[in-house]
Amino acid sequence: MSTWDRMRAVTPSRIGQPRVGETVRIDEVLRFRAAHAAARDAIHLPLDADTLAEQIGALGQGVAGVVESRVTDRAEFLRRPDLGREPRTVVDIPADTGADIGIVVADGLSTTAVAAHAAPMIGALKEVFDGRLVIAPVVIARNARIAIGDAIGDHLGVTTVLVLVGERPGLSVDDSLGVYLTHRPRPGRRDSDRNCVSNIHPPGGLEYRAAARTLAALVDGARTLGASGVRLKDGSTSLSC
Amino acid sequence: MSRYRQTLADHTYEFDGLAEVMAKATPLRSGDVLAGCAAHTDAERVAAQWILADIPLRTFLTEHLIDPEVDEVSRLILDAHDATAFAEISTLTVGGLRDWLLECVTRSDAAARLRTVGPGLSAEMVAAVSKLMRNQDLIAVARACEVTSRFRTTIGQPGRLATRLQPNHPTDDPRGVSAAILDGLLLGAGDAVIGINPASDSARATGDLLRLVDEIRTRYEIPTQSCVLSHVTTTIELCEAGAPVDLVFQSIAGSQAANEGFGVNLAVLQEGMEAGRSLGRGTIGDQVMYFETGQGSALSADAHRGIGGVPIDQQTLEVRAYAVARAFDPFLVNTVVGFIGPEYLYDGKQIMRAGLEDHFCAKLMGLPMGIDVCYTNHAEADQDDMDSLLTLLGVAGAAFVIAVPGADDVMLGYQSLSFHDVLYARRTLGLRPAPEFEQWLVRQGMSDADGRVQPLDIDRSALRGLGASA
Repeated sequence: MSTWDRMRAVTPSRIGQPRVGETVRIDEVLRFRAAHAAARDAIHLPLDADTLAEQIGALGQGVAGVVESRVTDRAEFLRRPDLGREPRTVVDIPADTGADIGIVVADGLSTTAVAAHAAPMIGALKEVFDGRLVIAPVVIARNARIAIGDAIGDHLGVTTVLVLVGERPGLSVDDSLGVYLTHRPRPGRRDSDRNCVSNIHPPGGLEYRAAARTLAALVDGARTLGASGVRLKDGSTSLSC
Repeated sequence: MSRYRQTLADHTYEFDGLAEVMAKATPLRSGDVLAGCAAHTDAERVAAQWILADIPLRTFLTEHLIDPEVDEVSRLILDAHDATAFAEISTLTVGGLRDWLLECVTRSDAAARLRTVGPGLSAEMVAAVSKLMRNQDLIAVARACEVTSRFRTTIGQPGRLATRLQPNHPTDDPRGVSAAILDGLLLGAGDAVIGINPASDSARATGDLLRLVDEIRTRYEIPTQSCVLSHVTTTIELCEAGAPVDLVFQSIAGSQAANEGFGVNLAVLQEGMEAGRSLGRGTIGDQVMYFETGQGSALSADAHRGIGGVPIDQQTLEVRAYAVARAFDPFLVNTVVGFIGPEYLYDGKQIMRAGLEDHFCAKLMGLPMGIDVCYTNHAEADQDDMDSLLTLLGVAGAAFVIAVPGADDVMLGYQSLSFHDVLYARRTLGLRPAPEFEQWLVRQGMSDADGRVQPLDIDRSALRGLGASA
């Protein structure tokens, strides 16, 4: 095994590409182009909400239903993030549940990520909160961005909302999930009011249980502090972005 | 509020106030359409440009886009305005300034004249003139501006193109970060900074990464500086705890509300600069601040409105962020031009235009300006667009660009330049690394006397120890 091969085992980065002159060989050029094409194709796949709801139900976790954002199609979703931050309506989901935690699954920019990781991530969250904090029925949000959790969490009447969202696909990873925590969610929250754990995509990225432990620590910290965001730092693995 | 009128081909266009003229005069981009302030037609855009060309520069000192009563960035812009530097151009219009700049670049003392006038140009004046300028104008004037900055290397000298080596890893694995640093160093990158975006913003994780890079830098005696791009408050905490902080990083924007969205204000930035300088780690300079900006950041935080709730165009807001940067004497500033997304810059053409605007405006304002030549997978752009923008910026005299292994940032999930792309630009355009770093490359046997990085077997490299832990 060459030195570069050994190093490739510890990073997905495109390191040690063989040089021709001062550039890379044609096979690297074509490999890159193929990855870019695949990522672009993946962005436009629609979210299969029915299958996701079944998977979440199989964990013994209730699902409240599917909420559409104000966006009408995927193309508009990419051009109009403002419309993706607001639910068209929340009348079909339960109000004032009094639960501690709300979970919103938003397709975001990678439906692949949500399909692959949302259900097992919810499983890990159920484990860390089990018996301690009550989780409201999960809401699936289509053509949705992170802030859609503010209105949904407010409607659910939860103390803290966790938005599981498909992160923008890269070349190496097109299925990365992020989880954004907002304490006392309500419309008008700012990005600095949130904390996040990103790059959840085992086996390459963060594992579900590790992510769930960090999120549990952040939830506990937010409940103690009465706020989330840049002021919340748990001193170990707190994440804000 | 002034009302402006312009007739073109028998059609009269009307604009309510300076903010609307500025927005509608801006070359088309998706973010202004999203904000609802873009021109509705191409003809309306040109009508706004005619009006803008005739507006006296002095107007910008009395007619405000964002109320200084409620916005500290507006107050900063007014307070920092240098009337003496402004005197020479104080009678010009925006169009007159464009002509003055292009006449200036043909003179032998262009760099000195541009440097003298810079503090007299407010952010809004610079944004306004850029809206009238063609791409070649933006390139010609930016190239004539000379802005250098110093910490352990010298950035921004004519004929040099430095790089931020960005060795990001999805989980901040120190072996993975080290491997990417090794890859970059072997390809001659890292002279502006070895700068990591951490996956985690905790003080502990940030401190671990700082110590990792500092250990590599001191072990191989690399003349460069490191940075972990955590929130400025985290970095201040680390400075106080004695961590090896070289540069103090923060993302900034052009309105007080947008900066609040980032969790910062001018006082916190001042505190960050003082914390960084107090460590005294620079060897040839004490410029410690590193800022990132990008068109659309204020809009994305819904913090883009001016007096009367009127949306301010994203390019004007971007230049106001440079006014923030200018107040803290930074070592590095870069726009993340294609990173913010297609809702702000839709395709390769818009990204290219914005990259040239950002570079021109920042350099004219006296900033050591670099660019993250980049795009995301949901934008209509590809490697060909990046090749074009890199080449244009190399010609325009960009201080530095960002580079990652194989152009693929595996942590942030977007495409920047590759280390090889930088070698292309240096060879094709005759550019060299930062002088102190170039001498180190020569001493290591990694580069010839002209700064050309030689192909090197990793197992024979003096740096091979960096890969040993893998």
